[in-house]
Formats: sequence, structure tokens, C-alpha cells
Amino acid sequence: MSIPADLKYTASHEWVKTNADGTVTVGITAHAQDLLGDMVFVENPVVGRTLAAGEECAVVESVKAASDVYAPIAGVVVASNSDVETSPETINQDAYAAWMFTIKPANSADVASLMDAAAYQALVESEAH
Amino acid sequence: MLKQTPLNAAHRDMGAKMVDFGGWDMPVNYGSQIEEHHQVRNDVGMFDVCHMLVVDVKGDDVRGFLRGLVANNVDKLTVSGKALYSCMLNPEGGVIDDLIIYFMTEDWFRIVVNAGTADKDVAWMQQQAAGRALTITPRRDLAMIAVQGPNARAKVWEAIPGSQAVTETMKPFNAVEFEQYYIARTGYTGEDGFEIMLPVAEADAMWRKLAGLGVKPIGLGARDTLRLEAGMNLYGQDMDETTNPLESGLAWTIDLKSERDFIGKSALQSRDINLQLVGLLLLDKGVLRAHQVVNTKHGAGEITSGTFSPTLQQSIALARIPLGIAPGAEVTVTVRDKQLKAKVVSYPFARNGHSLI
Repeated sequence: MSIPADLKYTASHEWVKTNADGTVTVGITAHAQDLLGDMVFVENPVVGRTLAAGEECAVVESVKAASDVYAPIAGVVVASNSDVETSPETINQDAYAAWMFTIKPANSADVASLMDAAAYQALVESEAH
Repeated sequence: MLKQTPLNAAHRDMGAKMVDFGGWDMPVNYGSQIEEHHQVRNDVGMFDVCHMLVVDVKGDDVRGFLRGLVANNVDKLTVSGKALYSCMLNPEGGVIDDLIIYFMTEDWFRIVVNAGTADKDVAWMQQQAAGRALTITPRRDLAMIAVQGPNARAKVWEAIPGSQAVTETMKPFNAVEFEQYYIARTGYTGEDGFEIMLPVAEADAMWRKLAGLGVKPIGLGARDTLRLEAGMNLYGQDMDETTNPLESGLAWTIDLKSERDFIGKSALQSRDINLQLVGLLLLDKGVLRAHQVVNTKHGAGEITSGTFSPTLQQSIALARIPLGIAPGAEVTVTVRDKQLKAKVVSYPFARNGHSLI
């Protein structure tokens, strides 16, 4: 499974991309979609919702199981991708292109505390054993 | 240590994602579960069902033994090869397992039981057979491969030369011994096809031969969506030892009409029936799952099996709800913090390639 070097990651298998304007975009990793299998339902948080770090804020469901998606950091939802709600299978096709929602961080320094690609790689490998 | 079927190496060679399924190392999919589902509805696929157990019961009065052991009536089996679906009940009327009984000869009946209940089933049968001149033999020397889909029979005929002549006119729910094979026109998908019992030593070669003929391997994920669309119960989910089979959509398999007594009969006759198993079609977006609460005007019920139906492209479920809620009624299902709208429908939802809703 690919783990792009330019993204940050969480232990609950979200990827986090820092945008030029300081907002962060969130999706689930290729590893997460592989564990879940064929995606059939996505529910994103509404724009304007204030999220605490670690808060349950979205749901992805495959044929097999439902899985919560957590806010990687605290902030306010500024965008939500309705395309993945309409076509959940795009997450299986390219998990890093199929973004779910964008947060304006409460504290821009919070992103730095997330895992880098190497740390996430190590986590995925440890879970496989 | 997980138990392995004789096809374990073949699954790995074919790119399966393996999971722990009740102590067995089994393929959940070989890529996309949804594609595998459509493959079976539209063409042909094969399933490793070696984890299920064949049990041969032999002796002078096997029929008399089975009359008392299972809830369906083995006197329906008069022609060699005929198969019967039945529950095996405990004295309280709960379901120990559901199984298929094949009539071989008057002194030999063959029973196929679920993987997760196999040890318990055999122990129960042996206990009930005490004092009778019977042998009960678990046949772990037999493998089982299910080939299912509209093109399944043709592929099996190609794979096993000579099998066409003995199975072409055979009706569903019948089986025949052919050389080292026992070929049954049965399955768990709602499609035509065969379940083939064969020596363990030949299973890997047969699996690869079928693959070479274009039969795609199908994992347990698609097996579950196919059986649920077909409206077939899953033991441990839709019924178990604590549920009344008459509240589990299984009344058609319980013979209360004949004089014959069987284990669990008197308990069933004295129990009130308050619930029914129905189909649900989710009208809102989302996915129905087992154990979600169903709210009806006559009280609450529970989903026993739920999934996303690849054929219907919406979520479906089996649910145990109060009597008096008829097909067409609207109910709600509690999914996380929401009440989603669903419609009660009669099932099956889909069979033989298309939707029945």
C-alpha cells in the first residue's frame, strides 16, 4: 500500500495534507480502504462544524463493515467533499485523491505532532504481525 | 493456530485476503467483493466450503434415528440422491444447527453441517445415537467445492468428463455419486450450480482446473451478500440455540403435521410466537447491519443480518420484528444517532441474476 511521503498520518488511519492556505485536508489511507474493502457509503461532517481532536466526525462503510473517521486535529470544517459521498468507490480507486473534508486548524502547530510517513509505515507493519 | 482447508495454498496463489473465520484461515475476497458477487450472479464462481463438515450416518435404521433427530421429515426422502434442508433442535426448540441431509441408501444418509458447529453437532448426534446400532463418521477426508452461477454446471461438466450425462437432467436439491465425486445441485447463492464433494487429495488440482476454465474464486464476503440477497438464513446470525425457528423464517422446514415426534417438537408447540423474520429495504442512504434496532408500531425488533446489496444497489437486511407488521409497512432503523427509513418486504431479494423486489 502506498504511503505518500508528503502527508501526515494518524493511528486511526487518516491521512492529513497541509494546504497552502494553512487548512488541512483529510481522507483515509490506502491501507484503511484495503482493510475495509469495497466502499458503499460515506458521511462527511457538515461545513461549519467545530471539531475536537480525536472526535468522531465522519463514517465510511464498506460492504463488510462501518468505520468511524476521527478529526486528526481540532478545528472548524471549511469544506466537505460530496463527490465521495456520491461515489464512495473512489476511495478504493485512489484513497489519497478521494479527500473527505477540510479543516481550518484551531492551532496550526498541531499538524506537526501527527505521524510522518515513516512512522505510519512502521505502524501498518506492526499491525500486520 | 488457524485450521486450513486443502485449498489454502491455492487461495494464497490467487491473491486472496485471508481472515480468521471461526478458527479457519479462509479467503474473504480476492480483490473486490462486489465484483465477485456480480461474477456469480452473471457468470460463474467457485467457493471453498471445505470447512463445512460431511458426516456419514450408517446403520440399519438411520431413517428412524433421523426422524427423531431433525425437525424436517426425512420421510420426504424416497429417492437416492434427494436432499433435504432441516434444522436440528435442542429439547427447548432452539436451533443447534441447520444442515442438509442426502439420502444415499436406506442404511446410509449423508449430512453436511456448518463449520463453526461441526464438533458440537457430531457430539450431539453421537449422544442421541447411544444404544442404537449406528456409526457416525465425520468425513474430513472429503473436500467440498461449490461452483455457482448461470454457467456453473457447464464448467463442471468440462472439468469432470462424463459428469454431464449423470447430472444434466438432475433437478435442484438432488445429488449423484459419480466416480470419486458426490455432485449435488445445491448451493448458498440463489444461483444454479453444484456443490462437489471429492477426496481431499484432489481438491487443489480440481480448484486450479476450474480456475483454468475461467471459474473465478469467490471469497466469504461475496458468499454472505449472495446468500442474504437469496434470503437464506445464516446460522449464528439469523438463528441459534436461543431463537425459536418459527420466529426465524424457518417454519417451512419444521414438520409439525406428521404424527412423528422429534427433539424440540413439544417445546415448539408450547411456545408463543410473537416475532417474525422479514426482509428490510433501506430507503435512506446508509448500510443496515446486524443488531441494529428496528422500530415498528408494534414495538422494537432487531436486524439479524444486514449488508449492501450489490444487485439492488441499496442496503437490505433480515430482521426479527413483532408479528402484525406486513410487507409494505414503513419502519425506522436506529443507525448511530439517526432514525433511517426502511420498508418491510418479503424476501428473497434477488436470485437467478436479478432483483425480485
